[in-house]
Amino acid sequence: MVNYNLLSNSNQKTWDKILAKVWQRSHLDFMLLCGILLLGLFGVGILYSASGKSMVLVWHQAANFGVAFIVLFIFAQIPASRYRPLVPWIFGMVLLMLFAVVSVGAVNRGVQRWLNFGLVRFQPSELMKLAMPMMLAWYLCNKTFPLRIKDLFFSCIIIVVPALVIAKQPDLGTAILVMATGGFVLLLAGITWQLIFGVSFLLMTAAPIVWHFMHDYQKMRLFSFWSPENDPFGSGYNIIQSKIAIGSGGWFGKGWLHGSQTYLQFLPVRSTDFIFAVYSEEFGFIGCLLLFAVFAYIIGRSLYIGTHAQDTFSRLLVGSLVLSFFTSFFVNIGMVAGILPVVGVPLPLISYGGSSLITFMASFGIIMSVQTHRKLIGS
Amino acid sequence: MPYFHKLKNYTHESNQFKKRMLKAAILLTLLLVLLIARLFNLQIFNYKLYSALATNNQLEYVPIEPNRGLIYDRNGILLAENLPAFSLNIAVDRIKNLEATINNLKTIIDITPKDIQQFKRSLQQKHRQLQLPLKIKLTQEEIASFYVNQYRFPGISLDTKMIRHYPLAEDIVTALGYVGRISKQDWQGIDSENYKNSDFIGKVGLEKYYETKLRGKIGYKVVEIDANGRPVRTIKIIPPTPGANIYLTIDSKLQKIALEALDKEQGAVVAIDPNNGEILALVSKPTYDPNLFTSGIDSDTFNKLQFSSNKPMYNRATRSIFPFGSTIKPFIALQALDTGTITPNFKISDPGWFKLENSKQPPYRDWQHGGHGIVDVAKAITESCNVFFYTISTKLGIAKIDDILERFGFGSKTNIDIAEESSGIIPSPKWKMKNTGKHWYPGDTIISSIGQGDMKTTPLQLANGIAAIANHGKRYQPHLLLATQTIDKARAMQEPFALPPITLKNPNTWNIVINAMHDVVMNPSGSAYTRFGPNPAYSVAGKTGTAQLYHHKIVNENPTPESEEGTPKHLRNHSLFIAFAPIENPQIALAIVVENNKMAPKVARKILDYYLVDAVQQKN
Repeated sequence: MVNYNLLSNSNQKTWDKILAKVWQRSHLDFMLLCGILLLGLFGVGILYSASGKSMVLVWHQAANFGVAFIVLFIFAQIPASRYRPLVPWIFGMVLLMLFAVVSVGAVNRGVQRWLNFGLVRFQPSELMKLAMPMMLAWYLCNKTFPLRIKDLFFSCIIIVVPALVIAKQPDLGTAILVMATGGFVLLLAGITWQLIFGVSFLLMTAAPIVWHFMHDYQKMRLFSFWSPENDPFGSGYNIIQSKIAIGSGGWFGKGWLHGSQTYLQFLPVRSTDFIFAVYSEEFGFIGCLLLFAVFAYIIGRSLYIGTHAQDTFSRLLVGSLVLSFFTSFFVNIGMVAGILPVVGVPLPLISYGGSSLITFMASFGIIMSVQTHRKLIGS
Repeated sequence: MPYFHKLKNYTHESNQFKKRMLKAAILLTLLLVLLIARLFNLQIFNYKLYSALATNNQLEYVPIEPNRGLIYDRNGILLAENLPAFSLNIAVDRIKNLEATINNLKTIIDITPKDIQQFKRSLQQKHRQLQLPLKIKLTQEEIASFYVNQYRFPGISLDTKMIRHYPLAEDIVTALGYVGRISKQDWQGIDSENYKNSDFIGKVGLEKYYETKLRGKIGYKVVEIDANGRPVRTIKIIPPTPGANIYLTIDSKLQKIALEALDKEQGAVVAIDPNNGEILALVSKPTYDPNLFTSGIDSDTFNKLQFSSNKPMYNRATRSIFPFGSTIKPFIALQALDTGTITPNFKISDPGWFKLENSKQPPYRDWQHGGHGIVDVAKAITESCNVFFYTISTKLGIAKIDDILERFGFGSKTNIDIAEESSGIIPSPKWKMKNTGKHWYPGDTIISSIGQGDMKTTPLQLANGIAAIANHGKRYQPHLLLATQTIDKARAMQEPFALPPITLKNPNTWNIVINAMHDVVMNPSGSAYTRFGPNPAYSVAGKTGTAQLYHHKIVNENPTPESEEGTPKHLRNHSLFIAFAPIENPQIALAIVVENNKMAPKVARKILDYYLVDAVQQKN
């Protein structure tokens, strides 16, 4: 008995060692992974309610998660230094694909966002969410800070060209996301306050021009954002119903699967863009705080990884990926809660759908890789 | 050195980056707080508002129509029932393009321009319902083809509606009236809450008068609806209270007999039970089918009825005012005897004409050339002697004539329980001045005494009056409601409502007049003897009358065929007849008007024979 006990004890220790080794080799960040999986669980739970208890959708999303996790795993294995020289090529290719989509892309719901490769259809604009931060990080990492005007100019081109092409698809949501992400990276890279104000001023003067080039339905969305009550059954309907769903949640919500706005189908696109309204109706203000805490935890951990990265490229890369993640989160909730116009931005890791999920999981793979491929210097 | 520089640069950069990251983190936190503030505003601060909006979203109060009360006759024969019919309903608020939807519906259901016209009319109404019917009473084929195509028409639904149906149709409409579509005017007088989602309301007759009783109270089904307006589940049901069933005093068989007795002629019959004022028959002819209205009448059919020259929709029994003719004579005789103006033995010698003293006017003639000879009051009634009544009228004066008529209820509404009623006219000097601006002349009194001139009565008032004579002055409010049966099954009988009786100083006066009226029918010299026919199985008292049209010089109580021949049908006099039977124990009092035809006593015979002989035999 004693012998056996000893044996098992030592066995246990060896197993522990082996596991630790395997874990180290997997290049995954435990803390980040916990947060991501937690969000994934949240997402699947809400999706079950939002879809009207459709297990088909839930399994489908779980499969999406599986695929996305594999992508995360693969990206985590590649040290940033490995693909750093290839970044301009990657960026160039994605940009080319974007152009291809605009000219020959498959038509989906009247907008062209997808490239059709027979079996696989995907949105190059999603890839751009990865490629653009990479490109910026690559371009800026050996520049002196604060940035000179010339560098800033080229950075702006890197941001604006893909954003314009995406907007042309038309996918205003993603275009705004890409722009915002780029802006954040510049902010991180270090630009002076004068510049920030200057650019804001430029943007404001550019607004009427942008307005002129916008599609009618995009204009309607903006209109209805400003005064949804003007057209309660038309373009304002989504926002009104979403606000009702959120507001009627109260402190603790109506309970899982008991959101009337949800199961009576008053909420529009409730599995995807408006899934947060479903959640806040059923779990209330407290539930929202809880969800925000998980998001904050993931963002916080990623920012921590970013600050402790060893080189400027990695730092900028991680920073911009996190900010892209945050921007998606902020824009989605802001739009569902009626403080931002309705632009089609999914809630990261929660909304139903594979495309954006895979992109974000890839970026978390990159972030993990930065954390787990640290060279042990100075020790 | 370069390496060192680079290293220094590296740490500097790293610190710089950390600072920026911190700033970014602060920015993110601020944005996060902004979101939380927004959520707080929506979920906590405005919770009540949004919670109410959510409830509003999900709940719909679907009105449940109460079943309209059934109507039976006094013997329990069904007169009005509710039959289920399918109607095509449009939830107007949920349809964006009505025109296109209706055009699409046309491809599967026969929708006439009249349906659309009716639909648009109800669309414009202020108290619009959630569901408006486009077509009522769909055929089986239409129902089937709608269900096949239903998916194409969100917001359109089929509903079973209870449609009023009158099994006896035109036989009974005079009393019953009908229900029809609620019109703009109808909405003004009713509790619109109680008529949500209903289309019909009592329009005329009893259906209108007892609307509140018959209607009942609306119920609600509280249902949860989804965003497309489809009911998901029922939360609760507030059941409607069905309307009360009512029993009428009408004997529908007698009613039918009376209608048939009128044959092809136009006219009115009112039969009353003198013992309680219950109306046994209320007939106006020509009549019409009330079932035309119950699913919404189209304007063409309606106009045809409304503007037809023989006015089928005009209730002759209660609204038409006719000159009394000689039917006024028993009433005046009662007053003359009671006031002592004459005694039963008072006699005149009738030369066939009457002339006022000191008057340059031509004499007033009797219908019988050469007169009736020596005439007392009984003979004057029996033979309908005009000169006798001319004579006593000058002694009585118009005030006393009007007094007795008003005590019998003439000149004012009887307050029967249907709204369509005229009050008739009992002219007085004051009335004449007011209405014609002329003074009252002695001649006015004279022609009033034979029920001509401005003396006007409705058949109902006349029946009510003869019922009071039958009863020796006891009077009852004429009414149509026999009993009410509410949902708890208690059948509440309507108590007869006694009116102030007519008391005579000498009760024997009743017998003098009634005996004279008996002779009207039974004595070969009586004015109704021939037309009523011999040997009735009961004792009967009656009085004939002729309502003069176009002021014939002579009022002929017994016009010969020759005298009638030259006159076009529509200019011939109306014949009136009042009667009651049996004399010793009155069961029925009658007033009959036959337009442009002298057959009124014949009609009475058929009715009395049925009611006092055939019906009794059938019962036994």
